[in-house]
Amino acid sequence: MTTAAAKSTAHSIVEASPRAKAVAGGIVILYAVITILPLLWIVATGFKSQSDAIAYPPKVIFEPTLEGYVNLFTVRTRQTPDFIAKLPPPETWYDKLARQRDMVIAGPSKVVPRFVNSLIIGFGSTFLAVFLGTLAAYAFSRFRIPLADDLLFFILSTRMMPPVAVAIPIYLMYRQLNLTDTRLGMILLYTAVNVSLAVWLLKGFIDEIPREYEEAALVDGYTRLQALRKVVLPQAVTGIAATAIFCLIFSWNEYAFAVLLTSGEAQTMPPFIPFIIGEGGQDWPAVAAATTLFVVPIVLFTVLLRKHLLRGITFGAVRK
Amino acid sequence: MTTISQPDDATVAGMGEPARSQATRRVRGLSDRAIAWLFIAPTIALLLAINIFPLVWMIRLSFTSLNLSMSYLPLRFVGLDNFTDILGDEDVWFRLQTTAQFVIWSVTFQVIIGFGLALLINRQFRGHSFWTTIILLPMMLSPAVVGNFWTLLLQPQIGPFNSLISLFTGVPPSAFSMTGQVSLAPWTIVLVDTWMWAPYVMLICLAGLRSIPDYIYEAAEVDRASTWRQFWSITLPMTVPFLMLAVLFRAIENFKMFDMVNLLTSGGPGSTTELVSITLKRAAFEKWRTGYSSALAIILFVAVFGAANIYVKALNKVKQR
Repeated sequence: MTTAAAKSTAHSIVEASPRAKAVAGGIVILYAVITILPLLWIVATGFKSQSDAIAYPPKVIFEPTLEGYVNLFTVRTRQTPDFIAKLPPPETWYDKLARQRDMVIAGPSKVVPRFVNSLIIGFGSTFLAVFLGTLAAYAFSRFRIPLADDLLFFILSTRMMPPVAVAIPIYLMYRQLNLTDTRLGMILLYTAVNVSLAVWLLKGFIDEIPREYEEAALVDGYTRLQALRKVVLPQAVTGIAATAIFCLIFSWNEYAFAVLLTSGEAQTMPPFIPFIIGEGGQDWPAVAAATTLFVVPIVLFTVLLRKHLLRGITFGAVRK
Repeated sequence: MTTISQPDDATVAGMGEPARSQATRRVRGLSDRAIAWLFIAPTIALLLAINIFPLVWMIRLSFTSLNLSMSYLPLRFVGLDNFTDILGDEDVWFRLQTTAQFVIWSVTFQVIIGFGLALLINRQFRGHSFWTTIILLPMMLSPAVVGNFWTLLLQPQIGPFNSLISLFTGVPPSAFSMTGQVSLAPWTIVLVDTWMWAPYVMLICLAGLRSIPDYIYEAAEVDRASTWRQFWSITLPMTVPFLMLAVLFRAIENFKMFDMVNLLTSGGPGSTTELVSITLKRAAFEKWRTGYSSALAIILFVAVFGAANIYVKALNKVKQR
């Protein structure tokens, strides 16, 4: 009886009144709408024709076209209408679209290789960082390690350095080792950056798993490694997945190292997107199309990560 | 004691502390000590190879006059010349000022907007979870991609931003340029950075607000403290550690800021938005003054490292709560 009474009072005092809620909701929704507009504008620009994209005044209503996406994935040459008239009829819808603009598709653009680079470097570095991070985090969480706090601080501090400053010696070192503009070089570099986050986050997650489970397994005759694999890892799966997504997002979004250390072979999407050039400067519909494709996975990840976001952005300091 | 309850092994469930540690010692294979080091070593080795070794190398280079565009010249040691050059260079101090102003203003706006939003969202109106996720999106994006697409939004004529401002103020859209005008460009990078990172402060503040137990407000209510008083005596002081955490983190990140601003204004017009990271990039990767830029990088390291130290202390303080 007493608890029920206490609860109901708590409710009436602490919870905001319906009017206060409505006002708060109104302001927050207004902010959310304003803050999302720039993104929506870019998504819309991806479906604009070249002339609509750079129209003055800017067009809110336009006829959607896939031109931007076709331009993103292809390299085209401009031809005279006479020349195009003489060609055999277009085989695909994108050929047709290009010819409407007096263009002939000459081949694929570099966007697919760049996208593949982003994927390989992203997943490669994430896998390595999470693997190394899990081992180190387990050790920090379960064993008494001399100078553990200093080591953890050292691990974190490597992430505090300005990337441009780090890139100077890395550039020189990679030149000596022939790692400049290679996927391996970028994977190693991103692993080193991500592993600090992985150790800190995973240590938090593993700390939360009661030691008793493992100790019971050890008593049962499991070795440490077996206990780790069969008892701790299954319980840490959510934490490991969340950590992996954070690492993936970092590698996916990273620009400073990518632009300074890669130029072709191993270039990822962020340094590539701003340099999608059309006739006379940036090809905005194509840039917007690339941005849209690039951002979609991030939006999905954000929704997936919602619960763990706070932990991830504070290196596990705030857990909610 | 009864936390270990193995249904198939009744004897284990009955064992006490000494028996358990004895069992741990009985483990076959590697000792715990060996495993601990085996697990930590690869991470430490990787960080030594990718972070510490290059850093040491850079310290060495900072005492040389190495210029990569003239790398045929023999390596000449110049002592502390690079450091005295940098610290005596008015331009560098200007860049540091530009950076400091950027950090102070962007963090200030982020704290005001972020804390305000957190207070509102904490009222738990219907659908707050969905709208919070929408608000969080900008901070998850690639800063470089953000900087790039804002250049389109801020184009004086074809961009929607100027048209929108013109709609409300009547100023013709082509009358001003957010990225091209000396008076506006520094505010533009603050604007875009705030758009991106206010949600970060919001998220951390929200955690702070939710950490305040209800009974404190109930007690205040019993004491007939006004809402205003409750805010100043309960809400604010109890959220401050979280706010500090957000401020420190944002300050460090913005001090290092390179990607977003490099693509948005690339330091221009002139050098009005040239943050110190952009100066460093130009010295190292355009002028190829490796010795000089190594020295500048070390100066920045020391600054960030000092800040990081404070940061970690703050982290631990929040953690203890």
